[in-house]
Amino acid sequence: MSGTFVGMPAFPKAAHDAVRDTTLRANLRHATHTIRDKRAVAVAELADWAALREAGRQIKDRTLHHLDAYLVQLEEAVTAAGGTVHWASDAAEANRIVADLVKATGETEVVKVKSMATQEIGLNEALEAEGIRAYETDLAELIVQLGEDRPSHILVPAIHRNRGEIRDIFASEMGEWGRPAPDGLTDRPAELAEAARLHLREKFLRAKVGVSGANFMVAETGTLVVVESEGNGRMCLTLPETLISVVGIEKVVPTWRDLEVFLQTLPRSSTAERMNPYTSMWTGTTDADGPTAFHLVLLDNGRTDTLADEVGRQALRCIRCSACLNVCPVYERAGGHAYGSVYPGPIGAILTPQLRGTRSELDASLPYASSLCGACYDVCPVAIDIPEVLVHLREKVAERGGPGHRLEKAAVKAAAWVLDHPAALAAGERLASRTRALHPKRLPGPGASQWTESRDLPEMPAEPFRDWWKRNRT
Amino acid sequence: MSQTSRDRILGRVRRALAEAPAVREPARAYLTAHAPDDPAALLDLLHENLADYRARVHRATEGELPALVAELLDRHGAATVAVPPGLPPAWLSATTAEQRHDEDTPLTPHDLDGTDAVVTGCALAIAETGTLVLDGGPGQGRRALTLVPDLHICVVRAAEQTVASVPLALPRLDPTRPLTWISGPSATSDIELDRVEGVHGPRTLQVVLVTDA
Ligand code: SF4
Repeated sequence: MSGTFVGMPAFPKAAHDAVRDTTLRANLRHATHTIRDKRAVAVAELADWAALREAGRQIKDRTLHHLDAYLVQLEEAVTAAGGTVHWASDAAEANRIVADLVKATGETEVVKVKSMATQEIGLNEALEAEGIRAYETDLAELIVQLGEDRPSHILVPAIHRNRGEIRDIFASEMGEWGRPAPDGLTDRPAELAEAARLHLREKFLRAKVGVSGANFMVAETGTLVVVESEGNGRMCLTLPETLISVVGIEKVVPTWRDLEVFLQTLPRSSTAERMNPYTSMWTGTTDADGPTAFHLVLLDNGRTDTLADEVGRQALRCIRCSACLNVCPVYERAGGHAYGSVYPGPIGAILTPQLRGTRSELDASLPYASSLCGACYDVCPVAIDIPEVLVHLREKVAERGGPGHRLEKAAVKAAAWVLDHPAALAAGERLASRTRALHPKRLPGPGASQWTESRDLPEMPAEPFRDWWKRNRT
Repeated sequence: MSQTSRDRILGRVRRALAEAPAVREPARAYLTAHAPDDPAALLDLLHENLADYRARVHRATEGELPALVAELLDRHGAATVAVPPGLPPAWLSATTAEQRHDEDTPLTPHDLDGTDAVVTGCALAIAETGTLVLDGGPGQGRRALTLVPDLHICVVRAAEQTVASVPLALPRLDPTRPLTWISGPSATSDIELDRVEGVHGPRTLQVVLVTDA
């Protein structure tokens, strides 16, 4: 990649495809601002938020530091409780393990709880290639699946769709997958939810195999935790005979007690609730309650590479709350699809290039998909310094060489210095604003087009982000 | 094959961490609870937070409980009710709804789907978050029981089962049991962030706080 734009992009200019993008942008803006404002209220309820955040950071850092020991301990505990543990180095291996487990049951259908890990490895597609149909059961995932679409937000994957679009998708597609939508379906959210309830209940009641991820795994006890709202998770976790959970190795926490931190910080950061409607916890299998067979697939798929990077490893602390997406000015305008990964937004910009490497031009461009404003760091409940990792990754991309790398290196060095000097950052943003006419409209270079194909390159804002933030936040 | 992957992953983890500086025990400088340790205030807080998440909350004495349960079942037109093993028979002594006991022949998912309501106790209630915790103990039943029927009536023995906070709840729970934490009825905000209740779990959660021992 040559001559990569290393300025401080902030707000994209208005879309060329005005109608479509206006809808998308309006949806995103409404959603992110609503969650953002509610979250601030929920967090303010806890006087010890800073201490909880710090404890969360430290617990995760300590876990990562002894990850080998905790994984072995977890394996022992899960096995002792009647579960079976599998280890998968990469996506292909994880998919093969799951497909073989499903085949061994003789079933050709599975019901799925929304899980980023299974999206990351492309499990649904891999199962389909083996003749196994995977039904997404989270309402938003259902919308995405029926719409042959991709999720655009960690927490609300169909945030880019409005009610009219959802109605149309349900009316035309549900019949293809099972129980059709009722005649005369309107776009009232309650009616749409009811259609989904009926469509999916039929699947829950006959499902023999469930597939899930997990929010946490407790090494000490072998307990898995799934946090959700709708109850589709509970359905998938309890009604089938076989449960297969695919979980990234970084999701382990050492002790039962550690949950006291994350069960306070996750719901408030994520959906701005004191507690989400449902949390399920299970340890292996239990007689006469829930699945009789439990399989845990521990997934690496680039996580150990991330762990090896002393600056970048902090991305593995992420508890996938999505708070950073909702405050990100770039995400709000670009939308989740632009990141070309199941992990969008600020966390995606640092996690994806680490999990996948920066060989592809798209992945190499992700560390530049930020204004470095720092809002993501401020809200992160495990204090991941996303701007720090972004700058670090930019430097790595630049070091890989190629035409223009010297320029990039110099620019990155300057950016790193600027980050350590807040006054200079503010000044730099102002300078960048004044010179925005000089910034390119599209990323130059061959690979950059992938990043800009789907939407416009962010234009420098008319005013510095920090000024805008101050003005609009109070 | 998977043995090799296990060794490979653990080996990669160890190599990744070889140079990492030591980290210390996590500091736990946060609060154990945010609410005052006063039973009456805790009960009020629990009531308020349950209601805030759209559970319908009632208070009753042990003596008033059977009539209240009967009335709540009636109000929702529940003709059938799932009964977990170990539920005090008195709780259902006033209702005329058909009782389906989940005992020797467990109710199938389809049976549950055709059952209007379920009545259970709980293991704990957490005041600060408005959360009920079920652990499958006596009077609570399997996890599916409180999931499939559309109405869940949950009885909390307020004095002994209310705790202030999540940090105070965890030590009282047994992680080897399957646990379900319930905060309000099933809900989704996936469609333009409009909150809709009862996508998959019970649409209605009725909570009875029993206020004498
Ligand atoms: S990086 Fe932090 S704020 Fe973003 S999703 Fe992860 S935990 Fe949440």
